[in-house]
Amino acid sequence: MAEIHLQALAHSYLDAPKSPSDYAIREMNHVWNQGGAYALLGPSGCGKSTLLNIISGLLQPSHGSVKFDGKEVNQLSPSARNIAQVFQFPVVYDSMSVFDNLAFPLRNLGYTKERVTQKVNEIANVLELGDLLRRRANNLTADEKQKVSMGRGLVRDDVSAILFDEPLTVIDPHLKWKLRRKLKQIHEKFNITMVYVTHDQLEASTFADKIALMYEGKIVQFGTPQALFEEPEHTFVGYFIGSPGMNIIEVTIKGTAAVFNDTHVPLKPALVETAKAIASSNIKIGIRPEFVRVSDTPFDEGSYVATVLDVENLGTYKILTLSLSGQRIKARLEEDQRVPEHTAHVQFPEQYLKVYVDEYLVKGDEL
Amino acid sequence: MNKRKIFGISLYILFLVLPIYWLVMMSFKSNEEILGSLTYWPQHFSFENYMTIFTDPSWYMGYVNSMIYVVMNVIITLLTALPAAYAFSRYRFLGDKPLFFWLLTNKMAPPAVFLLPFFQLYSSVGLFDTHIAVALAHCLFSVPLAVWILEGFMSGVPTEIDETAYIDGYSFPHFFIKIFLPMIRSAIGVTAFFSFMFSWVELLMARTLTSIHAKPIGAIMTRTIGGEGVDWGLLAAAGVLTIIPGCLVVWFVRNHIAKGFALGRV
Amino acid sequence: MNVKIQNNKAWFLVLPVLLLVAFSAVIPLMTVVNYSVQDIFDQSRVFVGTEWYREVLNDPRLQSSLLRQFIFSGAVLLIEIPLGILVALMMPTKGRMASVCLVVLAMPLLIPWSVVGTIWQIFGRADIGLMGAFLNGIGIDYNYASNPMDAWFTVLLMDVWHWTSLVALLCYSGLRSIPDAYYQAANIDQASAWAIFRYIQLPKLQSVLVIGVLLRFMDSFMIYAEPFVLTGGGPGNSTTFLSQTLTKMAIGQFDLGPAAAFSLVYFLIVLLVSWLFFTTITHLDNKK
Repeated sequence: MAEIHLQALAHSYLDAPKSPSDYAIREMNHVWNQGGAYALLGPSGCGKSTLLNIISGLLQPSHGSVKFDGKEVNQLSPSARNIAQVFQFPVVYDSMSVFDNLAFPLRNLGYTKERVTQKVNEIANVLELGDLLRRRANNLTADEKQKVSMGRGLVRDDVSAILFDEPLTVIDPHLKWKLRRKLKQIHEKFNITMVYVTHDQLEASTFADKIALMYEGKIVQFGTPQALFEEPEHTFVGYFIGSPGMNIIEVTIKGTAAVFNDTHVPLKPALVETAKAIASSNIKIGIRPEFVRVSDTPFDEGSYVATVLDVENLGTYKILTLSLSGQRIKARLEEDQRVPEHTAHVQFPEQYLKVYVDEYLVKGDEL
Repeated sequence: MNKRKIFGISLYILFLVLPIYWLVMMSFKSNEEILGSLTYWPQHFSFENYMTIFTDPSWYMGYVNSMIYVVMNVIITLLTALPAAYAFSRYRFLGDKPLFFWLLTNKMAPPAVFLLPFFQLYSSVGLFDTHIAVALAHCLFSVPLAVWILEGFMSGVPTEIDETAYIDGYSFPHFFIKIFLPMIRSAIGVTAFFSFMFSWVELLMARTLTSIHAKPIGAIMTRTIGGEGVDWGLLAAAGVLTIIPGCLVVWFVRNHIAKGFALGRV
Repeated sequence: MNVKIQNNKAWFLVLPVLLLVAFSAVIPLMTVVNYSVQDIFDQSRVFVGTEWYREVLNDPRLQSSLLRQFIFSGAVLLIEIPLGILVALMMPTKGRMASVCLVVLAMPLLIPWSVVGTIWQIFGRADIGLMGAFLNGIGIDYNYASNPMDAWFTVLLMDVWHWTSLVALLCYSGLRSIPDAYYQAANIDQASAWAIFRYIQLPKLQSVLVIGVLLRFMDSFMIYAEPFVLTGGGPGNSTTFLSQTLTKMAIGQFDLGPAAAFSLVYFLIVLLVSWLFFTTITHLDNKK
């Protein structure tokens, strides 16, 4: 088990990078605590696989250092760092049986025969591979092979960390859920540091205690799934998390209100002061569809009139698309809520309204 | 690359190069020197042997003839083997396994056996002493080998590619040439090299089926064995020159060989 | 693995190959079979049936030649296959050095076989050859012309020099097709170099090795020019292999009948061994 520290870490695939966009990983400092279950979440191309490979040792970073328990490991291979990694596509030793595949790392490390059998059976049970143990590995389906791949990563309990690179990509949807739960169980049982790369926020929030959301080579927020949902620290977090993502509107500040077209949204004075202090023209407000209050009758205070464009009925909830001063807003309604016909009154409760300057969240208590 | 590997491969390369170095040295020596004593470098460095070959048409035509029928053979082999390999790789049909094995058996028969029958056969159709006769005769062993290698390669290409192409509306020839062949470029490179190699060095049949117009370099080289003994220097020079075309072929397909033999059977 | 579709129209794709090879193979084969059951010398073309076969199989010359041939081919396979694999493992995987290695490896294969014999003939001589002089110089009494063991050694060494590259090139190609992920996974699994070879590289090499083994067996079993030029079959007949015996019979004694019978027997031996090897491998393959 190890605490992993990324210090001034940056990586470029080019020999002589000039601009920030030449970097796959922009300079970051980050600590992964011992025994945590983490997700590296982000869209394709954001650098999460690169970061994972740097942590595991398959890739040497071009700048900065990776430290395990304080010791720099940049030059060490994955086996020297005692890392197990599960890849996106199944990697199995075709000529061996499933049992021998799972036993392979243990035998290489010199475990006793009894210990090998015990661990292999344990993991095989968890992954429901018990019936297949005697089968030759290249006779399996893709998801069975991937389970074997994962099993090889999980069968060692003395690793410093287990890294997963989108491991459920080839698994059938109904099995994905089961496997995610299993991974969580294994983590709770053995308390190994696990880092799980995915582009699926549902997977990330089911598995991880804390999610590191990556965007364009930077970790833009690191927190619990709940924190990412309720307090997105970057517009991208707001946009990426949640289904659908946060409503983000470009505004200018006039007086103490955020203004877009002819709608004035009053803001807390502290927020306004902080925003003005940063003196940037990139100002946005954001509110999640879940927190937009909609009614066909006007609210007591602070309500705006919007036109109803579209209603999507998604079973237990509905997504309402509205137009407010030419700006599209989505709101989420519970299944028993009345859906306004043509016009609706919307309200943005102050505690859920976020202000972003230069894409970053402004909290108003910075001054 | 670790030190052990570098040492090991250097040793092997040295092993391969020494006799070739010896051959090259012999080509620059006179016969007296070759047979007289052991020298590491020619005492009188001479291009005479090479000059003989380059100026005497009956000598250099030998190389030209060999090149002609070898190139013919490679082309015929590839053209016929590619569709056949595709059939073996993608389809089951009546007699496919026995046919495949029968093809391989053609490479197993001792060539000496075929000399007389081939001679009679090609003479009777008026193809004696032609390049095409040798090219066709060599197909006996180059085609089975080509089908064997190509089939293994093709089996490694997933059938989903074929199916997608048909859904996208490609006709079979169009799909085969524009999509499939580029995927097996490595196989074609490797097969071309092996076909070239086996045809280039084959002497028995090439000598039997030719007399003047299509005489290969291997047959011309026997001229060096005369009444007074063997003209070692000339033979060595001729030998050195035979290596060069093949090396060029390897150089051109080197990336294909390096790209890998993704045989589907494992 | 792909699933093959049943389609007898595939015969059209195979037809050109079939015609080409049949043209070259069947007709001569028929002739050979014909000769083997006739008495050629006598113009009356008497059908003598299996008499030649019996004579051939009982001829002590041929029996000893056959034994020598099996020993030779066995030795060739035992040395060249592991050596070829080893060379392929040691070769650089990319870059200029890899290209140079490929060209050097190809060179022995491209030399006409009689020239190969010629090179080694001089190379091995104690008076004017590099190897011969070197060996005698360090105290080994080496003379391939008079000592059968030395003759065998030289013939084997020559064949290894000549043909190992074939196995090496095939294996090199096969190794290049293994995706990096397998090596990464093996590294993560703390596998030793031997384990990597045994569980990742060797299985992937299986198909190329089948080609390599069959090709080397066939060609070594039919070897003619190189040993003939090098030793002439001697000293005595210690290095006289099957092809040479066959040719001597056919041409030297004009005994086409027994020669043809013998070549058929020869062919059948190669066929049997190859078929056994081939079916064993495919059977093992299908059992998986």
